[in-house]
Amino acid sequence: MASTSKFQAFLTETGDIARFTGRYFVQGVRPRFEIGELLRQCFLIGYNSFPLVGLTGFIMGLVLTMQLRPSLVDYGVESQLPVMVGVAIVREIGPVITALIFAGKIASSMGAELGSMKVTEQIDAMEVSGTNPFKYLVVTRVAASTLMLPILVILGDTIALLGSFIGVNIRANTSFTLFFRQIVNSFNFGDVLPAYIKTYFFGFAVGIIGCYKGYYSKKGTEGVGRAANSAVVMSSILIFIIDLIAVQITDLLGIN
Amino acid sequence: MTPDAPYEIRSAPAGQAEQQTPAHVQQGQPAIIIEGLCKKFGTHIVLDHFNLTVGKEENVVILGRSGVGKSVLIKCIVGLLRPDSGRILVFGKNIPDLDHEEIDRVRAKVGFLFQSNALYDSMTVRANLEFPLRRHWIAIDQKEIDEMVQEVLDNVGLGHTADMMPEELSGGMRKRIALARTLILKPEIILYDEPTTGLDPVTGREISRLIVEMQKKYHTASMIISHDMGCVKTTADRVALLIDGKCYTEGTYDALKRSNDKNIAQFFE
Ligand SMILES: Nc1ncnc2c1ncn2[C@@H]1O[C@H](COP(=O)(O)OP(=O)(O)O)[C@@H](O)[C@H]1O
Ligand SMILES: [Mg+2]
Repeated sequence: MASTSKFQAFLTETGDIARFTGRYFVQGVRPRFEIGELLRQCFLIGYNSFPLVGLTGFIMGLVLTMQLRPSLVDYGVESQLPVMVGVAIVREIGPVITALIFAGKIASSMGAELGSMKVTEQIDAMEVSGTNPFKYLVVTRVAASTLMLPILVILGDTIALLGSFIGVNIRANTSFTLFFRQIVNSFNFGDVLPAYIKTYFFGFAVGIIGCYKGYYSKKGTEGVGRAANSAVVMSSILIFIIDLIAVQITDLLGIN
Repeated sequence: MTPDAPYEIRSAPAGQAEQQTPAHVQQGQPAIIIEGLCKKFGTHIVLDHFNLTVGKEENVVILGRSGVGKSVLIKCIVGLLRPDSGRILVFGKNIPDLDHEEIDRVRAKVGFLFQSNALYDSMTVRANLEFPLRRHWIAIDQKEIDEMVQEVLDNVGLGHTADMMPEELSGGMRKRIALARTLILKPEIILYDEPTTGLDPVTGREISRLIVEMQKKYHTASMIISHDMGCVKTTADRVALLIDGKCYTEGTYDALKRSNDKNIAQFFE
């Protein structure tokens, strides 16, 4: 009985999120556009999450390199270390870790910010002055996170590769140019493009879930906390689901 | 068939006119007409066939105990809540029938003062006031916008606060800024949700007088929710009593004050 109602609640929420997404597209293509607010959100999102993305990317690259080395030494292919790490970071670890960090930082702040605007009736105040809060608050934030995550992933990947370069140089001695040339030469179209495209979907998912949870936050302080919390949980799960779907699609299309 | 033709031609326009605008709208031109408004949450009936008319440039106070549904009533008027049945005519348009864009056009002419003020706490006072202006394209250039902002701020007596944040203001000042934010769109109707609740008596009286002053200046119709009898006495042209989801009675402050009805008298004790 309890599980049926939980399942029903899940279905209802999925429907609500789908409707919310539909509303995003309807409102998003309709003029006039809140360009100023969009740019401000892009800046805030980038500015707030870049330090964290950079730091985790660096550590990830360094640690991954140091962990992989013994295995590669065993197989006698230590020279392939940069390529192994490069592919792992660019194809999977970079986008997913960055997106998860991004979800933790951005979805929660969207959930909390819109949630507290909801409970203090600021969203209603925009609504009753006929100023379309959905467009001003939601469309700008979702668009900003969709646009910014791919950029952050590129930056995060680059810093992770720098970390990896340092990791390689702890035990061996590679030149900077040689290291990067080896990685870049090993890449092909199928390594980079699908990984890049899926980051747009990650960013979109984080924006939609963060805004949805905040916009429909329950009244009360607890409601805001819960909005922020469930925004992170749900967008993180969604990132893995999108990742799973993306790999199936690239597999079907044969670009790998 | 020819003899019938003139009849048809003559009767058709008359019938149409009847459908388009109800007679009482054309004659009296009230700002708000509420007819048979019903709203329930689950099984909890809040409004039960509520009727009320607010004339042009008239101040009507809605009096009622806490939790009786006063806020629900005015939220239905601006379309924040959807009524279960009944009609809410604002400038002759039935609010529940309107689509998003039509309702936004009506909302630009209806000011709404939240009990909590609902100031945008991440923006300065100036940005709070500019927000609705810019989004309705009322003033295009910055000079015009600055003038309008300064004008409403002076009207509510807070000309010096433009660059302050809402959190730096006292309760009474916040109420004034919230009023300024609704006045800046030059509304024809203003709905006040408990404008003096939570303020000290002196500030409450100032706000009540400001409401009357602004009503005279901007020629608005107002609906004021209150159970502060000082505010009711100062502001009301007419008082409507909301009990059990219905308009129990309506009349002037003095007429209701003289009443011996227990339900009415309890508010005047
Ligand atoms: N969104 C809502 N969902 C469920 N019940 C509500 C909602 N809004 C108001 N109510 C109920 O409606 C009743 C009237 O509320 P309200 O209009 O806020 O009272 P007041 O007259 O004090 O302003 C209350 O009993 C409240 O519990
Ligand atoms: Mg109330």
